[in-house]
Amino acid sequence: MHVLLDDAGIQTTLGRMAREIAASIPPDCPIGVIGIRRRGDELARRLIPLLESCGVSDVAYGSLDITLYRDDLAEIGPAAVVRTTEINFDVAGYYLILVDDVIFTGRSIRAALDAIIDLGRPKSIRLAVLVDRGGRELPIQPDFVGLRTDAGDEHVTVSLRESNGVDRVDVES
Amino acid sequence: MSRLSDPLQSVKRIVAEAQVAQSESTIWPHRNLLGLESLSAAEIRLALDTAQAFEDVSTRSVKKVPALRGRVVVNLFYEDSTRTKTSFTLAAQRLSADIIDFSERTSSTSKGESLRDTVRNIEAMGVDIIICRHPAAGAPHLIARNVKCCVINAGDGRHEHPTQGLLDMYTIRQAKGKIAGLKVAIVGDVVNSRVARSNLFGLLKLGAEVTFVGPATLVPHGFEALGAKICHDFDSVIGQFDVINMLRIQKERISSSVFPSVQEYSRLFGLSNERMARAKPDVLVMHPGPINRGVEMSPEVADGQQSAVLRQVTNGLAVRMAVMFLCKQAAEGA
Repeated sequence: MHVLLDDAGIQTTLGRMAREIAASIPPDCPIGVIGIRRRGDELARRLIPLLESCGVSDVAYGSLDITLYRDDLAEIGPAAVVRTTEINFDVAGYYLILVDDVIFTGRSIRAALDAIIDLGRPKSIRLAVLVDRGGRELPIQPDFVGLRTDAGDEHVTVSLRESNGVDRVDVES
Repeated sequence: MSRLSDPLQSVKRIVAEAQVAQSESTIWPHRNLLGLESLSAAEIRLALDTAQAFEDVSTRSVKKVPALRGRVVVNLFYEDSTRTKTSFTLAAQRLSADIIDFSERTSSTSKGESLRDTVRNIEAMGVDIIICRHPAAGAPHLIARNVKCCVINAGDGRHEHPTQGLLDMYTIRQAKGKIAGLKVAIVGDVVNSRVARSNLFGLLKLGAEVTFVGPATLVPHGFEALGAKICHDFDSVIGQFDVINMLRIQKERISSSVFPSVQEYSRLFGLSNERMARAKPDVLVMHPGPINRGVEMSPEVADGQQSAVLRQVTNGLAVRMAVMFLCKQAAEGA
């Protein structure tokens, strides 16, 4: 096992991603960050003050549960826990940043896009991920990437203070 | 460690993470929902929590999720029912499943086909979930032993009506924030009521205290063996309840020996305005419907601030979506 990002590394990376996101925002367009549960929502929440420090204010926040949109119900089996989606604003017309911790096959993002579009019609959706570990099975690519790594068949784990008590990205073989 | 190149391994990792993430998480292992008596407290809580996630589907712009897309649900109803059947139909549609009705009058049962043959024929058409209501207690259990698809009990005889029990508990939890420690009265024709039994099993498991209230002919002391308190004098106890669930009086039983007259029943056990005034000010009044206004409760009580009657109907949708999703998920994952 080795550490890809430590506490300070995650902080610096999110700061850089926030600057890139801020620079991409079209004028006169409401902006929202939506995190995929779990961990994506925690990262999305952290991006809000970072975006504010780049001069982006009034950022709406939402968290998205994609369990009901997955294409692998049979494989997940009885253990998938359905949590609530909490998006308390009308996404129509918004510039949305969809946030997840790791992008791998792209299937979670496919499910998340379907889920968001059932809520309304955003102006556009961009994808921000902390780690892109390769291995895509669908033609879906992130717009803002914290760290790229070709993890192959290794196991990338993102731990965050909010749910794991520590900020760290590990890779294990 | 697991190798991510194997899709099954990656799924197992997701599952393991979800389990660690939710310390109180439980797995729903049941392909069928036949009753609440056989569920654990944790499984009941999981069903209620899952229903909560489904609640907002009914309020968004696209009132549908693709969770059961391509699956087929059959309503197999051997008793008349409008609201339960409609609720299951809508719940299935909101999960994107296809749903068909199979009612006794139009089926081959009237031509002498056995229940076992009927359900095997239905299953042979590629059905994923059978929703069954039957006048005989245990009919859904018989069906479940004869098919591989999911079976959900929508009321069997005088036995259980588990989704009604769950939606009543969901409504109580929504209004009171908890179930443990609450005092719940279930009033009326308890002996013939599957709603009363499912409520009793579920509420006791989640730590509530349940009192059955009604005349001795309809509320026999035998229920004490199941953990209920029994009371034949509503007025002496009405002030202590946090929840009062009024059962429907079935017209066909009126004027039988157990039931001398509607007026007498209503005077002794109906929730009139005067009796309601002696209940706790924040008491929650429930009724599984359809209400006989003026018999089980006055119109003012039925439509009043304390009444959860319409919320029960709304919550029934979310609960039935959750139950269908959980059972199907357990069946496909097995």
